[in-house]
Amino acid sequence: MRFALTDDQAALRDAARELLSRECPPDAVRAAWPGAAADPGRVAAIWARLAEMGVLGAAVPEADGGLGLGACDLVPLLEEAGRVALPLPLVETAFVAAPLLAAADGQEELLERLVGGEAIIAAGLDGSGLVPFAGVAEALLVSDGPGAPIGLLAADAAEPVDSIDGARGLGRVDIAAATPLDLDPRERAAAWDRGVLGAAAQLIGLSRTLLALSQEYVKERRQFGVPIGSFQAVKHQLANALLALEFAAPMALRAAWSIDHGAATASRDVAAAKALASDAAEQVAATALQVHGAIAYTTEYDLHLFAKRVWASARTWGDAEWQRTQVAAALDLNPGKEMR
Amino acid sequence: MDLTYSAAEEAFRAEAREWLAANVPGDLASGDTAAGFAQHLEWEKRLFEARWAVVSWPEAYGGRDASIWEWLIFEEEYYRAGAPMRVTQNGIFLLAPTLFEFGTPEQQDRILPRMAAAADLWCQGWSEPGAGSDLAATKSRAVRDEEAGGWRLTGQKTWTTRGAFCTHMFGLFRTDPESERHRGLTYFMVPLDAEGVTVRGFERLDGDEGFAEVFLEDAFIADDAAIGEVGEGWRVAMATTGSERGLTLRSPGRFLSAAERLAELARDNPRASAARVDRVARTWIEAEAYQQFTLAQVTAIAAGTSTGAQSSLNKLFWSELDIHLQETALDLLGPEAELDGPWSRGFLFALAGPIYAGTNEIQRNIVAERLLGLPRK
Repeated sequence: MRFALTDDQAALRDAARELLSRECPPDAVRAAWPGAAADPGRVAAIWARLAEMGVLGAAVPEADGGLGLGACDLVPLLEEAGRVALPLPLVETAFVAAPLLAAADGQEELLERLVGGEAIIAAGLDGSGLVPFAGVAEALLVSDGPGAPIGLLAADAAEPVDSIDGARGLGRVDIAAATPLDLDPRERAAAWDRGVLGAAAQLIGLSRTLLALSQEYVKERRQFGVPIGSFQAVKHQLANALLALEFAAPMALRAAWSIDHGAATASRDVAAAKALASDAAEQVAATALQVHGAIAYTTEYDLHLFAKRVWASARTWGDAEWQRTQVAAALDLNPGKEMR
Repeated sequence: MDLTYSAAEEAFRAEAREWLAANVPGDLASGDTAAGFAQHLEWEKRLFEARWAVVSWPEAYGGRDASIWEWLIFEEEYYRAGAPMRVTQNGIFLLAPTLFEFGTPEQQDRILPRMAAAADLWCQGWSEPGAGSDLAATKSRAVRDEEAGGWRLTGQKTWTTRGAFCTHMFGLFRTDPESERHRGLTYFMVPLDAEGVTVRGFERLDGDEGFAEVFLEDAFIADDAAIGEVGEGWRVAMATTGSERGLTLRSPGRFLSAAERLAELARDNPRASAARVDRVARTWIEAEAYQQFTLAQVTAIAAGTSTGAQSSLNKLFWSELDIHLQETALDLLGPEAELDGPWSRGFLFALAGPIYAGTNEIQRNIVAERLLGLPRK
């Protein structure tokens, strides 16, 4: 028994952290928003660096020319993508699409371009027809819901729609227009689980940044002659935020291990991880906004870049309550119709 | 990451499971009543004879030299089997870690085997009428008796769990009358039958006579009753509070088994509405999260990292999880929830969790100051 990253896993995470903190500071996230500061070239450059690092094809099986890395390798890395609010579909391209295209027939060329960083692939598999990051993608994976057939669409089929998070490049698609991929139902279910877990990992990373910003701010900000972080009312909110985060993060790693080892509980563990991560991230975001006060309610300060990503993404790939229905079903719990 | 147990660990689990299945007694009266305490003592002696009382201790003291992983496994099996609460817990989980860390070999040899065998029963003497969350306000004092080679204790301890049934108490006493706050305190062990010690039991909210006040009036204890150096009591005591808040007092096993029982209660239950099933799933996930958090924590402990203030996270999480579990069960029981039974008793017991072992307000201060680095003032 050893619940900790291996040296290799920690090294991969550290390399990703180093790359992303250099290439994707808050300015780069702002560059993904529409408007005067928009700079698609800067955003594209981050993707090129990730491709050079070999991250995009990391989850492709070795037999198909990838690194054959598993969820335990990638979850810590995806947490780093969340930490910087990466305005690109890393989860969807590297963790959902890459292994899926490797499993599907006739997708070798697209996969090769994906691995090389030329083809960005976004995904919207929850049946809503909304696809985050459609605006920067070349192709989209869409489906009618978890486990349903998955189809491929050109990204220009998506109609751009405004999200509260302008860096999301959100698009709306007609799911029925997609060309179905020939996939085993187990592959489709596994793709859903990877997407859910990747989303959970990003929410944990986002929470870490929101908490760190708050921690620093309340130490500096003085009112009534003292740092506001010395007030119990502030301390206890931040303690609760840390508590939620510290108990959500290990569940994501457990779920990763369950996926890598084909555990019977894998889907249940993934659902539990996303339920915890969504709730923790919303709690941390609300706390961060409150303890900052008015400065957080501006777009000049960076906090909104991370908080909006939380509000936008906590409900994609199944919100917390929906995930709990999945856990309940796995526990053989079915709500009764009769009430006494 | 390797989330599997070794063959030896699985064999340990199988042995524990088999023994518990054959030996766990049926419903005992509450261990916090005189009659129930006697029944629980019988159980403790049976555990000791089979060397299951203190699995992680050295064999010489009645243990099995079990690793911390095996200890976790034993706890899982213990609660899965529905075995009784441990009336010895304040000794074996709180005092013993302190003795292993700060006690002399003589103290360890003298005290630990009798503790393991439930021959001596230990209660905790932290709180005083004027020192609850503010433990450093301790006023009970110890005056040097040079001639007799020891100390004379005077003062009052309170909220002493099972004090009326125990034989010994450990606690903090002010040995330097000029000192203030954390300084000048010494950690002493006190036999409750010593002259000058009076114990008065009283009822807790749950109706059991589980609390006691301990009055000390010039009660004599010898020099070998001190753990650690004279005047170093605060530092020594903090080692115990870490155990109390953290893992050793409340391992995940008890919450995992409670979450399973809750799921069982909700299955095919006409009162299990969608909203209540959501709460069952939520608490079940929380118990699972406590398990995963613990596995990561124990990995760090096994690698030699001290948990430190992290134990305050454990305490906040398990105490609130316990209440969520019990309240959800009561709502599934509906009008029958008020009847005396395992869930109503569990509920009343859980209500104490956010208060004992340092209130949750104090734990949140510790988390904010020591884990998040926020200023004390």
